[in-house]
Amino acid sequence: MNIVVCVKQVPDTAVERTLRPEDGTLDRVTPDGLINELCEYAIVEGLRIAEAHGGEVTILSMGPAKALESVRKALSMGADKAVHVFDDALAGSDALATSYAMAKVLETTGFDLVICGAESTDARTGVLPAMLAERLGVAQLTLAGKVDIDGAVATIRRVSDDGYEVVTASLPAVVSVVEKINEPRYPSFKGIMAAKKKPVQTLSLADAQIDPALVGLGNAATVVVDLAARPPREAGVIVKDEGDGGTQVAGFLTARKFI
Amino acid sequence: MAEVLVLAEHSGPAIKKVTLELLTAAARLGEPSVVWTGPGVEEARERLAEFGAVRVYVADGAEFGEFVVTPEAELLAQLVAEKKPAAVLLAGTAAGKEIAGRLAVKINSGVLTDAVDVIAGDDGTPVATHANFGGAITVHATVRTGTPIIAVRPNAISAQPAAEPATKPAELIVVNFTASEAAKAARITEHVTAEKGERPDLTEASIVVSGGRGTGGPEGFKTIEDLADALGAAVGASRAVTDAGWYPHQFQVGQTGKTVSPQLYVAAGISGAIQHRAGMQTSKTIIAVNKDAEAPIFEVADYGVVGDLFTVIPQLLDEIGKRKG
Repeated sequence: MNIVVCVKQVPDTAVERTLRPEDGTLDRVTPDGLINELCEYAIVEGLRIAEAHGGEVTILSMGPAKALESVRKALSMGADKAVHVFDDALAGSDALATSYAMAKVLETTGFDLVICGAESTDARTGVLPAMLAERLGVAQLTLAGKVDIDGAVATIRRVSDDGYEVVTASLPAVVSVVEKINEPRYPSFKGIMAAKKKPVQTLSLADAQIDPALVGLGNAATVVVDLAARPPREAGVIVKDEGDGGTQVAGFLTARKFI
Repeated sequence: MAEVLVLAEHSGPAIKKVTLELLTAAARLGEPSVVWTGPGVEEARERLAEFGAVRVYVADGAEFGEFVVTPEAELLAQLVAEKKPAAVLLAGTAAGKEIAGRLAVKINSGVLTDAVDVIAGDDGTPVATHANFGGAITVHATVRTGTPIIAVRPNAISAQPAAEPATKPAELIVVNFTASEAAKAARITEHVTAEKGERPDLTEASIVVSGGRGTGGPEGFKTIEDLADALGAAVGASRAVTDAGWYPHQFQVGQTGKTVSPQLYVAAGISGAIQHRAGMQTSKTIIAVNKDAEAPIFEVADYGVVGDLFTVIPQLLDEIGKRKG
């Protein structure tokens, strides 16, 4: 089975993140870049399926040069090879353009399963897996909390706040995964060493036959008009509990008419 | 006036609150038309009109609910081609965003997700407000290609009945729609509904009470539930709690969980790491109880008590009982 796992490098969520004031794009350079958390689950799911059913796991990542760190980490977790789509002309692409570029690459790599995280921690749009399914004309098996493969049929638990739906489709398909679908895996020393020798193909726009008029900030279908840091909250009242802390809170809640 | 399409979220005849919020936003941009899939519209049309819906496009074929989001996206694409609306508004739920994404590809249009507000710009086109990184940065964005598609976060816009009360229920227009074979790739074979308690939905609740590591375990977490019930609130949890398995994952508030923006947020035993604040810092009023005076949660709290939640909250519960009489 040909499994392609989409991996996005995102800024560390444990530190302050910023948008560049000049164009509203994310500052991807200053903070540490990490594999988007849900993409880590996607990688493990891809490895798990390949182990159970045979096949090869290819990492597909689009992003700046720095994203190569995340590609290497994904390889050290056990993936077989990687494709890194890297071209300055891609910077600032919105979801519509990103899905177009990713779909172009997937058409050439081929796939039985494309596995993505359900959303990234930076843009949090949650639209990309559905857009990829639409562009590729294959089944959308998204928001999976469980994936089962039986021959050429995939069945997932599509989770929601209300419970879940069992959804089934013939392969090929695009799967997106949610948190806790599997147990995290960490690269071993052996894995890290092996990753250095695994093939990473770097593709420019021209290599991937991506039309430059359809990607990048200047061609984005959406535009940031302006942005501003949220004003800090006004300092509140902080009291030490001297035995009447609960009563104090009750007083505050009453004054604000919550009780 | 140009039409604005609103994809209704509903459970049979019961209209979800977010649908009324979308109608409120749509009325600022043009003439709201609801798109209703599946059954229940007869009972709902009066209330939809009350919130400004002029007409309702209805498609109630069996394909809705049988296939994952694709029939809805196809239906909207068909209506966009026929009606040339000024914009399409959808609920910023997981499924709503997926429909928005597929629609954007189908009609080659820009899509904005997780808008917390939508207004008409100077030229009448929609301007969406986004609270990025959990509200740390406010961004205004527009769509410049195609028909603007905007997924609006539930509970962000306050639903307002139309300024001029409707004199008649919204007009029902049955849409001639059949899903293509391509839309039938992912079939839903079973719906399993989780047991739902009496408490309000986390993302829709006006009060949320959340517990963190300071609750010490599932037993201690019951204190959080008690306070939530006394206040008629939803229960939330920090990541430390859901990771430890003390409370189910779907109640996690924060960067990788739910984003909430209630009138009142009570954080008990939560230190307030940046990932947690990203899920709750736009709450109107924040109360924090924590033993550690240095905990970052106090930086965003309107009222904070440095103390043990196991003494502060029981006392608060007594007081609530007394004040309610």
